[in-house]
Amino acid sequence: MILYLARRILYAVPIALAVGFVCFMLVQIAPGDPINAIVPPDAPADVVEQVRRDYGLDKPLPVQFGLWLSKVVVGDLGRSLATGRPVWADLRSAIGNTLMLAICASGLGFVLGCILGGLAGTFRGSAIDRGATGLAVAGVSVPHYWLGMVMVVIFSVQLNWLPAMGAGPGGSSDWGWDWDHIRHLVLPTITLSVIPMGIVTRTVRGIVAEIMNQEFITALRGKGLTRLGIFRHVVKNAAPNALAVMGLQLGYLMGGSILVETVFSWPGTGLLLNSAIFQRDLPVLQGTILVLAMFFVALNLLVDLVQTALDPRIKRA
Amino acid sequence: MSTATTPTAAEAELAIQRKQAPVRSQGYWAGVFRRVRRDPVTIACAAILLLMLLAIVFAPLLAPHDPYQGSMIRRLRGIGTPNYPLGTDELGRDIVTRLLYGGRLSWFMGIVPVALAFVIGTTLGVTAGFVGGRVNMAIMRVTDVFYAFPSVLLAVAISGALGAGIFNAILSLTLVFVPQIIRVAESVTQGVRNLDFVEAARASGASGFTIVRVHVLGNVLGPIFVYATGLISVCMILSSGLSFLGLGTKPPEPEWGLMLNTLRTAIYVQPWVAVLPGACIFVTSICFNLLSDGLRQAMDVKG
Repeated sequence: MILYLARRILYAVPIALAVGFVCFMLVQIAPGDPINAIVPPDAPADVVEQVRRDYGLDKPLPVQFGLWLSKVVVGDLGRSLATGRPVWADLRSAIGNTLMLAICASGLGFVLGCILGGLAGTFRGSAIDRGATGLAVAGVSVPHYWLGMVMVVIFSVQLNWLPAMGAGPGGSSDWGWDWDHIRHLVLPTITLSVIPMGIVTRTVRGIVAEIMNQEFITALRGKGLTRLGIFRHVVKNAAPNALAVMGLQLGYLMGGSILVETVFSWPGTGLLLNSAIFQRDLPVLQGTILVLAMFFVALNLLVDLVQTALDPRIKRA
Repeated sequence: MSTATTPTAAEAELAIQRKQAPVRSQGYWAGVFRRVRRDPVTIACAAILLLMLLAIVFAPLLAPHDPYQGSMIRRLRGIGTPNYPLGTDELGRDIVTRLLYGGRLSWFMGIVPVALAFVIGTTLGVTAGFVGGRVNMAIMRVTDVFYAFPSVLLAVAISGALGAGIFNAILSLTLVFVPQIIRVAESVTQGVRNLDFVEAARASGASGFTIVRVHVLGNVLGPIFVYATGLISVCMILSSGLSFLGLGTKPPEPEWGLMLNTLRTAIYVQPWVAVLPGACIFVTSICFNLLSDGLRQAMDVKG
């Protein structure tokens, strides 16, 4: 176990480095001189040369990567072209908002998915199964940014129940646990939860159906165990896999919420990315992608470790 | 023990085989087709997709208006307006016409990246799976790196860095799907590589290329193809999503994702007109998804 832990963590290091390299290359593949990602296009030529030397952009690519990496490691992601502020400062508050949205959405999706998938797996071939499977397919096929718009049309425009935009009253981006803030969370959460709902339903249905077919369930039934008792055994067997799927979904939502955040003007990393794309603000684009990708790498590692710890059947060395 | 009166197991087996022999002489594809035909959901999805394809191919014949010609006077009409059955957009262009023409780009951008990724990913994945060793190591470790990005994020990152445009969007989406197809191709090839008939071909002196061409490809293309058809649905959502963010198609080109983006401002004026392009994406995507599920079952592909 310890050996596996050490090996798995060691294996994540080159992946993280390579992910960093891909993010570093984002500025290099951008059309035009990478120097334009640091100085505004109307800067005088001698300033441009000065900055080029300061940033080491006259050096070969591997050296540049090393320089960039040494800055990133201490949290220096450069400065935004549009605002001139450090990228990390803007990113920090945005990550909090995105994380909260992603946690709420994946939580809701997980609960719904487990209920639907559990029912579908238990009563295979029934009307419940067909309904749940249909919902799951719809959940993974729906363009969630469109679903967000439909929700806004129904609940904000037509019924006027819930706000359509922002994370708080008056466009505030600081979170507070009061009704005014929670109201803003409802629609984005439901919209974003559709994807994990679909995927978790499919996974749980498969796992439960497989477990119900196994002999120990027949044995338990023969022993005279109640339905609740059997249910406990099924949950114990299904939990590690279901939790692993759910953990990865949280990561996908962190990276994938950009479209939903755009629809609802949710002040998270997605909105930050969107404005960075719009203004061609490459340092912000690079920094945000890097942090989100690193989060995903870390989450992957965590899911692997937790799954190994939870599931006594997995023996890795 | 009355072995004289009851047939032995071997005899019974032979009798059963004799009885089944005429029925079994059916090809693999005939069986797949028969199973698909019995599946009403798959048939319905295929029919809807075929209708859509015909509609967008013959868009110039079917469309009642010009897709670019707007009018300031008739902006944002509602559903059911005479002459404009589904209303008009924020520049006064007919929605029916724009949806028909928009389907062309949306379909193009939903299928082309997957097709490109299918070719590239299958080549690399089969190579990795068949050759093994260091080649496998090199290809699969690079794949791992791209797997470390959530797919939406990777598409947005590459498109965002390269800038808007159809070509850049296709490039970034292809890059998103290549690693996924490589993984599937590699694992099915690994499964086939050590089977007896491959061993026999090698023993009879066939070259590696011949073995792959004759024995391996025929057995791995099916599962990879089914996987790829499932990706079309994802690709359509992602490519329209890129356009929705202003990263794919540029205005005034009609495309469902871009239409959804520009109509977003009209959500308080004509909400039901504004959500129509998204409904088209949804229907197409869910049909491709169900079609892929149906094929998977009919072709008996695991996973």
